[in-house]
Amino acid sequence: MTDQAYNFAYLDEATKRMIRRALLKGIAVPGYQVPFASREMPMPYGWGTGGVQVTAACLTPEDTLKVIDQGADDTTNAVSIRKFFERTGGVKTTTHTAEASLIQTRHRIPEEPLRADQILVYQVPIPEPLRFLEPRESETRKMHSLEEYGLMHVKLYEDIARHGEISTAYAYPVKVEGRYVMDPSPIPKFDNPKLGGSPAIQLFGAGREQRIYALPPFTQVVSLDFEDHPFMASKADHDCDLCGCSTSYLDEVITDDRGGRMFVCSDTDFCEARRAQGHRGRLSPEEAV
Amino acid sequence: MSDLSGGFAEVAQQSARAFRAVLNAMARPGQLQQLEGAAPPAPLSPAAGAVLLTLVDQSTRLHLAPSHDTPEIRNWIAFHCGAPLSGAEEAAFALGAWEALQPVARFAMGTPDYPDRAATLIVEEAGSNPPNARLSGPGIETQVKAYLPDIAAFQANHAGFPLGFDCLFTARDTVFGLPRSSNVEAL
Amino acid sequence: MYVATKGGERAIDAAHDWLAEARRGDPAIPELSVAQIREQMSLAVNRVMAEGSLYDPDLAALAIKQARGDLIEAIFLIRAYRTTLPRFGASLPVETGAMAITRRISATFKDVPGGQVLGPTFDYTHRLLDFKLAAEGEVQQAGRKPADDQPAPHVLALLDRDGLMEPLAPSAAVPGDLTREPLEMPADRPLRLQALSRGDEGFVLSMAYSTQRGYGRTHAFVGELRIGSCAVEMEIPELGFSVEIGTVELSECETVNQFTGSKTEPAQFTRGYGLVFGQNERKSISMSLVDRALRWEELGEEDTGAPAQDAEFVLYHCDNIQATGFLEHIKLPHYVDFQSELELIRRLRKAAGASEREAAE
Repeated sequence: MTDQAYNFAYLDEATKRMIRRALLKGIAVPGYQVPFASREMPMPYGWGTGGVQVTAACLTPEDTLKVIDQGADDTTNAVSIRKFFERTGGVKTTTHTAEASLIQTRHRIPEEPLRADQILVYQVPIPEPLRFLEPRESETRKMHSLEEYGLMHVKLYEDIARHGEISTAYAYPVKVEGRYVMDPSPIPKFDNPKLGGSPAIQLFGAGREQRIYALPPFTQVVSLDFEDHPFMASKADHDCDLCGCSTSYLDEVITDDRGGRMFVCSDTDFCEARRAQGHRGRLSPEEAV
Repeated sequence: MSDLSGGFAEVAQQSARAFRAVLNAMARPGQLQQLEGAAPPAPLSPAAGAVLLTLVDQSTRLHLAPSHDTPEIRNWIAFHCGAPLSGAEEAAFALGAWEALQPVARFAMGTPDYPDRAATLIVEEAGSNPPNARLSGPGIETQVKAYLPDIAAFQANHAGFPLGFDCLFTARDTVFGLPRSSNVEAL
Repeated sequence: MYVATKGGERAIDAAHDWLAEARRGDPAIPELSVAQIREQMSLAVNRVMAEGSLYDPDLAALAIKQARGDLIEAIFLIRAYRTTLPRFGASLPVETGAMAITRRISATFKDVPGGQVLGPTFDYTHRLLDFKLAAEGEVQQAGRKPADDQPAPHVLALLDRDGLMEPLAPSAAVPGDLTREPLEMPADRPLRLQALSRGDEGFVLSMAYSTQRGYGRTHAFVGELRIGSCAVEMEIPELGFSVEIGTVELSECETVNQFTGSKTEPAQFTRGYGLVFGQNERKSISMSLVDRALRWEELGEEDTGAPAQDAEFVLYHCDNIQATGFLEHIKLPHYVDFQSELELIRRLRKAAGASEREAAE
């Protein structure tokens, strides 16, 4: 049921227009962070206000919305955001990736390849990939304008010197169309290869930091690396204990206090679909689904 | 009052649908999208009318090129969008036929710090012409063919990337986009 | 045995019910009314209005009730409500010189035209718990004397007349709006003042305090602190004149600070400014000190590297709604990113172990 006290998808039309203009400029300059006048949303900053505003600006009454957090539809914050749009937009929601026309996500890209008729909206905490190297916005903005990314390469190289490999495991920086270095939001680097060449539109919203950026479909996205230390999309060296998948990203679950643990797909919809098809893992007995 | 009709009846829902068409247009250069729901006074096309209703308001300066600078269009925009009209240089949006928008070098291209501060041109096209350009770049899997009113101007615009203006080409109830990121070759 | 986490929705609903119960507390105790909060927790109400950037004592009181007295949560409720309100226009600048004063003090002059008015202040109370208040007794009416209609011009204007204050040229420029445009660096003074006025009281206080202790010292005197009501007027284009649309209570602080000057220019005092909704004097004084510290560049002072001189640092961190949201979001699940770190650290340790073994062999 739609909450009549608020406009369709909560935001007023002037705010949506402002966000829509920013989204289009983001699309026109892939990977560049467009400042936008992020509004105060009825949920805390850091909990997806940027993603929610982007979703609100994109949502049509015909959309089917899926919201995931850590790959799962049932994590509390995903539930909360999905309810928000059920209430203020009256839109259909789903947990099935294939049924969704708009997916808002925190920290994951679904396992199932996205299609051209889908939009993926990322919640972004710190949109600036250079922020941890240079805390000043005035400086990082200059670095982007001058395409001066030496600092980032030095940092990655120091990683290699110290650890033998690049020690960034999530929010792994990428270069977009050979121009802007971009933060892909804190997705595990396992998901990085899905950023480039996707048929779907990918939109990134950072509410507190007031930035929007975008990847049009089929955009070239390259994870930063070195010739002698190429980027590697890694994951835990296990199969899913429920569906047996050997290629999906896994959550580790501690099952007892004696070192017992299991690994399960982080993408709950993907895992459930595989089990429904009869796939089984180490700890999933045949009869149970 | 007839000149003031033709806006969106269901503003939130119709602008949402129109925006998705425009988003797809900009994200998939050269590929036609349907854009309906507006019935503005001629010569403003329904598609261009919908773009204005969706994106333009009191906070955006709009430039009307001579081809579209009529009292009826001015009134319609004042009533439905409330956008302040401006010269080409200060405009966030510009509307007109390609010839009437010349010289396009006048429009805001953004700054190195803020390339987003660039104009969006809504270019009204008369009808369908055979493709004369091959587009490639972000949003395009391999390549796309489209008709552009000019080749050199868009090549120059792309050469300035990340600076440059972005275009929406409107005709009747269709729109396609050409952001500055698109590489343009003559067919 | 692990069961895929389901029931997030049920958990949320249950938590909300529990919260409502906890908010109410013991039902044997009478419920607080919004009017009671508005009248008897007025300084909390003022803080919520100031940092919520919305002047409405009833809504602020409601927010405090709903937030169980957590003022940052109440400010958040007000901010979220404020964003949904349509804008009809902008008022004319309020004329604080014409304020109906309830409190006014100057630390720079023993007496000033319009007089010193202590008003309802804690300043000279002995901080001894008053157990009479626990007995719910009626308060004695304060003594009243008829208001003298003597004008109370701004104290700094008196110094200004003698050319001792840095001149402040009136500007016709429309100030930016922090709530409508993304903050951009360098931020001009109107934007900085907006951010400070709605900034967290504790943060602004600590920043101000740090300048007093030498981190960007500005030698501030409270030239004047005034608290009272001001008329808000709005220009109505259809009428061709302005009408009063209401009154707001404001706290205004103007500091007189160390002088600038050079061989060619005579020395002058400089200013810091604070203006906050409601009786909020700690905040307005703090704000004026931080404002002054942030002005180092325009006044030709040295950047000593003090936190309070760093506009980017101050402005990006003074908002408690942004700060608390981001701080508290680390409670949210992060197991995907944590897992990626786990996997990496295990691999690094394995590699290190292998190379150690190799070295040993």
